This record gives sequence, C-alpha cells and structure tokens, in this order.
Amino acid sequence: MSTVKLTVNGKAVSAEVEDRTLLVHLLRDHLNLTGTHVGCDTSQCGACVVHIDGRAVKSCTVLAGQAAGANVTTIEGIAKGDELHPMQAAFRDNHGLQCGYCTPGMIMSAIDIVHRHGGQLDEATVREELEGNICRCTGYHNIVKAVLDAAGRMKVAQAAE
Amino acid sequence: MGMEGIGASVVRKEDKRFITGKGRYVDDIKLVGMTYAHFIRSPHAHAKVKSIDSSAAEAMPGVVAVLTGKQIVDDKVGNLICGWAITSKDGSPMKMGAWPAMAPETVRFVGQAVAVVIADSKNLARDAAEAVVVEYEELPAVADMPSALKPGAPQLHPEAPGNVVYDWHIGDEAAVGAAFSKAAHVVSLELTNNRLAPNAMEPRAAIADYDAAEEHFTLYTTSQNPHVARLVLSAFYNIAPEHKLRVIAPDVGGGFGSKIFIYPEEMVALWASKKVGRPVKWTGDRTEAFLTDAHGRDHISKAEMAFDADHKMLGLRVKTHANFGAYMSLFSSSVPTYLYATLLSGQYNIPAIYAEVMGVYTNTTPVDAYRGAGRPEASYLLERLVETAARQFKMDPAELRRKNFITQFPHQTPVIMAYDTGDFNASLDAAMKAIDYAGFPARKAAAKAQGKLRGIGLSCYIEACGIAPSKAVGSLGAGVGLWESAEIRVNPVGTIEVLTGSHSHGQGHETTFCQLIADRLGVPISQVSIVHGDTDKVQFGMGTYGSRSAAVGLTAILKAMEKVEAKAKKIAAHALEASEGDIVIENGEFKVTGTDKSIALPMVALAAYTAHNLPDGMEPGLKESAFYDPTNFTFPAGTYICELEVDQATGKTSFVNFVAADDFGRLINPMIVEGQVHGGLVQGIGQALLEHAVYDGNGQPVTASFMDYAMPRADDVPSFKLSHTTTLCPGNPLGVKGCGEAGAIGASAAVINAITDAIGNNKLEMPATPDRVWHAIHGNA
Repeated sequence: MSTVKLTVNGKAVSAEVEDRTLLVHLLRDHLNLTGTHVGCDTSQCGACVVHIDGRAVKSCTVLAGQAAGANVTTIEGIAKGDELHPMQAAFRDNHGLQCGYCTPGMIMSAIDIVHRHGGQLDEATVREELEGNICRCTGYHNIVKAVLDAAGRMKVAQAAE
Repeated sequence: MGMEGIGASVVRKEDKRFITGKGRYVDDIKLVGMTYAHFIRSPHAHAKVKSIDSSAAEAMPGVVAVLTGKQIVDDKVGNLICGWAITSKDGSPMKMGAWPAMAPETVRFVGQAVAVVIADSKNLARDAAEAVVVEYEELPAVADMPSALKPGAPQLHPEAPGNVVYDWHIGDEAAVGAAFSKAAHVVSLELTNNRLAPNAMEPRAAIADYDAAEEHFTLYTTSQNPHVARLVLSAFYNIAPEHKLRVIAPDVGGGFGSKIFIYPEEMVALWASKKVGRPVKWTGDRTEAFLTDAHGRDHISKAEMAFDADHKMLGLRVKTHANFGAYMSLFSSSVPTYLYATLLSGQYNIPAIYAEVMGVYTNTTPVDAYRGAGRPEASYLLERLVETAARQFKMDPAELRRKNFITQFPHQTPVIMAYDTGDFNASLDAAMKAIDYAGFPARKAAAKAQGKLRGIGLSCYIEACGIAPSKAVGSLGAGVGLWESAEIRVNPVGTIEVLTGSHSHGQGHETTFCQLIADRLGVPISQVSIVHGDTDKVQFGMGTYGSRSAAVGLTAILKAMEKVEAKAKKIAAHALEASEGDIVIENGEFKVTGTDKSIALPMVALAAYTAHNLPDGMEPGLKESAFYDPTNFTFPAGTYICELEVDQATGKTSFVNFVAADDFGRLINPMIVEGQVHGGLVQGIGQALLEHAVYDGNGQPVTASFMDYAMPRADDVPSFKLSHTTTLCPGNPLGVKGCGEAGAIGASAAVINAITDAIGNNKLEMPATPDRVWHAIHGNA
C-alpha cells in the first residue's frame, strides 16, 4: 500500500492504494469520480481518457503512483459551474453521444486534439486523431461534427479571454 | 409541430448527465458491505471438469466463498432457457442440451464459467481465482459448422444427435421447383455471413443484493429489458417470485441486442448474494465480453433465384446453416428462422420462396440477436444475389431492382410477412440522386485514369420491426407476448411522469417520449419526466430491441395519454361549465372552443387531486395506464448506395461517398433518427470490412480483445449523406416504423457490392480485409 497525493480537478487529494492500482481505479473507486469509464483491458477504447498536466492520457495505462504530484482533470472537472465546456456543449448540440459510455473519454481526447491543432482542424485530421477512442453507437459522424464545432467555439472563447 | 413536439430535432434531455460524467451505470454503484465476484472460466472449448480444488483460495484473506457449478445445480437454480420453440420439418421439436449457469460436469466453449470467487475486493477475488485448481479432461471440439455436421464429429449434447438443433423450413418447395423448371435464367450464389461480437462499450455488469429479513432480491443489471429479466429469473430460474425480485437497469452503455438476454453471471450473482449474505458485484472485462456476450450472425448459405426471359423474378431457393454456438441462448432459435427467412422477399415481387435452415451446435460462444437479428443476413444474401444477377444479365442493377419492386400495398409475401405500405422507387430515386448515380461511369473512368479501381454498390433493404403482434408471434412459437405498457401520472402541480416498459440505452427516449406529451398537451418537455428501467416503478414492459420502442412503446404511451386527456377534458368541462365535446387542448390549456374560457393544465390536475369539485361519480386523481399490442409488424425500407475506391496494390478500400435514403414513416426527432442510422451504418460497414469473431480449429477464440477484433474507428468510416422518404405506417396511430437497425441491415451489401463492382470479381466474403480484396484482385498466386 502507498499513499498517493495528487491534484484532481483543482483539489488536492490523497489516497491509500495498493501499488498495482491504476489511475482509473483510483479515480473511480477511491475518489468516486465515476465519469471516467473502463471499456477494455488493452488501452484501446479510450473510455478512460483524462488529462494529466494538460495532456490527454488513457488512465488505464498509468499506475496511480505514477500520477503522484500531477494535476489530473477528469470529465467532472471541465465545466465552470453550470457553464459547460464548449466541447461538452458541442457534443450535446450535435448529438455526438448516444449511450454516453465512451463520451467522457471522447470529450477529454477531443479537447486535447483542439488544443494541439488550434484552428487547423479538418474532418480527416479529427478522424485520424480519434483513432484511440472507440464509439459503438454514433458511427462517429456526429462526434466529428461536434469536435469541429467545438474547435470554432474554443477559438472564440480563447479570443474573448 | 411545436418547437418541442413530434418532428422537431430537440436536443436530448439526458445528455447533461452523460457529458458531465454524472451518468449512473451499474459499475458506478456501490452498496454497503459489497463483495466482488470473479469467474473462473474454462480455457478449453470442450472438456470434462474432473475436479475443482478451492481450498487454497478459500484460505486467502478477504475471500468470502468459492462457489461451483455443482453447488448451483444442487441448489436447483434452473438451467438457462430458450424462449422461442421452433419445430423441424419432420414435426419434431428443436433439440436442446441443458445449459447450467456454471458448468458442473462439461464445458462446451472457451469462457464458460465453472466456479466463482467472492471476495472483499475485485483484486482479492482475481488473486484467489488464480489459486483455484481446476482439473479438466479435454474432449475433441468442433469450432465450425462444416466440422460439426460431418459424420463422426464430436457431439456437444446427447439430446441433439449430429449437433443439429433443428432442420426447419418455410415456403412452398413445390412452387419454387416449378418456378425453376420454367426459368429462363438461374442465378446462384454461395456466401457466409461472418460472426460478429456485439461490443457495446459498457461491459456487462450485475450487482445482486439479498435482504434476508424480507426474503427480497434487488438486481442492478445492464439490461435492455429489466421486466423480462425479472420474469425469466423468477419463472424459470427459481431465484425468487416476481414480487420478491426488483430488477433495475440504470444507465446502460449500449446493447445492440447483447443485453436482451439473461446471462449466467446475473443468476450467479443473485444466488451468491443469498449464500454469502452480502451484496455481490460482478463487472465483466472486455475479454469476458468477447467470450460470453452472445455473438451475432454466423451463417453459411446457398441461394438460387429463377428469372423469366424478361428478368422478372420467379422464385427463390435458400439453404442456410446457422451457427448457435454451444448452447441455445434466450431468443437464438427465432433469429435465423422467423426473423430471417420471413424477410427473404426483400423489396421484390417473388411469387415463390422456399428456405431451409439448419441450426447447428459448435464449441463456440452462444449466438443470438445482434442489431438487425436475422434481417441483416436476409438482406445481405438477397442484395448480393440481385447484384450478381444484374451483372450476369449485363443490366443496370438499379433497373433490375426497379423491374421487380413491389409497388402495390398491402403485399402478402410467400414467407408470412404482409407489407403494409412503402414506396421503394422513391427511396431508390432519392439515393441515386444523392450520389449522382448517372455521373458514376465518368467518375469511374477518371479514377481508372489515376490507377484506382472505383465501384458502386446498391442495397435495397426491408426489415420487419415493431415486434410484434403477440397472437401472431405466439402462433409461431414465441414464449412471451410482445406488447408494451405505459403509465402517465399527471402530478397535482401539472408536471408529468411517463412510466414506460421500453428501456433507453442510447436511443434518447427521455427526449423523444417527452416530445409526444409536448405535442399532445402543449407543455414544455422540461415539465415531463420519463421513468424507465426499474421493475418497482414501471408496471411491466417488454423492453427495447427490434426497433420497437417508437412503434410499440410510444404507442402505448399515446394510448395512456388518450385516457388522461379524456378524463382531464371531463374535469375541465365541469370546471368551465361547458360541454365536454367543446373542450380543446392548446398550449397547456383546456379551452372551450369558440370562447375565451379556459383552464390551465395545472389547475385541472389540482382539481383532480383536491377532488373538491369533480363531476359526480368521478374518481380523484389523474393517472392512466395502457397496454398496447401491435396489429402488424412495421416495415422500414430504403436504399443505401456506396461508392468507393480500391487500391490495386494493397487491396485497401477507401470510401468516396455513402448515401442512405430511408423510409421510417413519421419521424419523432430527425436528429436522433439520423444518429441511429449513422451508428447502424457503421456496424454494417464494420461487418463488411473489419469485424470477424474468429476461432481456431480447436475452438480457441483468437479475437478476444480490441487488439485482435477490428472495431470500426473514426478513420475507418466516412461521413454520410442521409435523406428520408415517407410512407406513414398504417399499423399504428403515430405512423412510425422504427429506425434502430436499418443501417446495420442494409449497409454491408452496399459495401461488398461496391467492392466487387470495383474489382470485377464477385467472389468475396466479409470482412473484405485488404488481404482478401488483394487476393480477389490478383488471384491466389
């Protein structure tokens, strides 16, 4: 057992975990942040994507201990109070989700994609970048639309800041 | 239509919780004192369980119990059932072997559970499972149908000699024989329909909680139909009587058919929670999903069609072998029979059809309904056969289809179905226009100039949805009625709760069902809540599958709504001192027509509950329920056209364009309907290009993770151009047909027809991987 201290969604947290505990299980089982999902055992599906120090990472590939001292953001931490993150709003407005299970990971990956590409996103790039997130419901059509829509919204939001 | 009424693309009410991480799936739920189950599963496809030594595991700290197949059988937990009785040609009932929830003696597929460890944590349960020693005696296994049907093949179940479950047929063999004898042309095709793993993104999970004082169980489970789960667990599996068993299906992360069935893990969790006196949670991992979620498809077929000299269809003869895996899953028997062969007429006027279907046991994961269930197999077979015929006749495939389309409705096919309405020319025209079909030869030539092989493929599908008229399916062997139920509670303050037996696991019912209420009463959808997925709240329900929730579930809500409106009008008329016949409902108000007198819905509701001034003899309250049993199936239909290019050097396929023109009748929420089509199309494309659940010759699955099983990813598939043509379904008052499965039913034939068109070789099986396509282009040299 080890004590792991890190920052999650802006709050300092500490948990006693077995050394083999994955970050995703620290989040889900110890911190009750169940928005981060597990959809496979092989780091393929991306349902567990969170941000570690601002970068999208599959939280099933990271031991909790490796996240010690890091700044972790989960799907629960991206809205400002009642104001949705532009990516969340774009997923809703473009019907970019159905069952909702892959959605948190999709949104966290998509935010990172927009950050990395800035305004240079097109459909082919979004599709290629989403390769590590599997959705079984939407056929990706509306997810791609949502990411492109959010890229525009995020640019506007950034310009306003 | 109002802003939020029927026909409006209203943004989904349920989305807020999903996009903020506040969804509540089974694995998100924790109960006090909860234990965790880990199953010990057979690594062999066929073996005797010689012994299980759990002593070391039981001595480990945190281990609560190790329970075995022998114990569950000794405790008289029932064997799994198959709910649709099929009768063979010779009049004999289908031949089924017993399927205990955990195997006491013989395992028949890799992944079948033989024991379960219950421990204080998931990790402890896993660790202890490693310490359980199971001794097996391996038996010879059969992994595919040709091997299973060979004389002398290893036998799975003594009840089913030759590994044959049934040998069924439908249609008029003599009439088909006569059609072929006078045919000017005969076209034939042999093809397989590849086995698929459904892969809802949320793995199955269950939490069972036994209350010893009340002798009452609660089961949280990933189910598309919690009431059916309760019924089966109660009536057949001896878990508890229905009033002592509550089944809750909270947010469910996709189903696609695979979460219809009641699986061994739920049964074991319930049984174990009573045995250990604590709640028991099981959450499957992805490999367990590949090993134990019911697979889909897996047919081998031979089809022949007879045409006259004018290329009119005269008859169709089909012989299909359907792989059921090692056990008969809940609705498996109906899938390659009444959900498949009854759709073999497609959109065509075929005077005579005869189909034979043999159901076969193999040492593989059980096979059951997966998105489309039987109809994709029928559509793929027929649409490839018609395309093959057009090429043989050197005719435009659109023209051959048009020549044979059914144009008069109602139309009785030779295989039970009576199509109520449709306009197949309209959807074909819409799709051809959308893809600029006339311009294709020029595009093909331009691509050829650049060294690319370009092809175009059509698929004109029809399906039967809105399952189903109870009397009709009962006469065909179904063990349940397939109506739906609903209840509407208007609260004293005028807000409305709609309780439905349908279950939403991505379909958006929490929005679309509200849209009906908004349409009828003129109230905003924010005042309406949809309640589903809990047997303690909802009176009953048959659940969501077979694209039935709009046609059957929403119609049940409409029927309850009509009762609510009738009573509310009486109350309003009484309050306004008007005649009941003069009351109209507009924008949330009950108005006396032709006057300015009105009373708002909340005042009517309040009057119903205060009961201070109701018409003489009227019961207080404003709450009504209804059961609705459909009068016929519904028949969504449409045309999909795929245009693609094949790289000759690599065999890789690239989409150029994919268009869909569907007739779903009235659309409740076009945005949601289109989302359903997108998802279905990608599952159909996945089957055509990528997906294949593969076993080696010993019955070992070689595609049991996302590393090995190719799921469609965002960069594998195109964006789509969708359009709708409309003929209203006359079978239900809303005129809706259902849209959940169409994409998966129609897409695969369009893709394969396009590839075979591009490469000029019709011999190509799914999934059309670059390797297979390359060999189809270049031969096997």
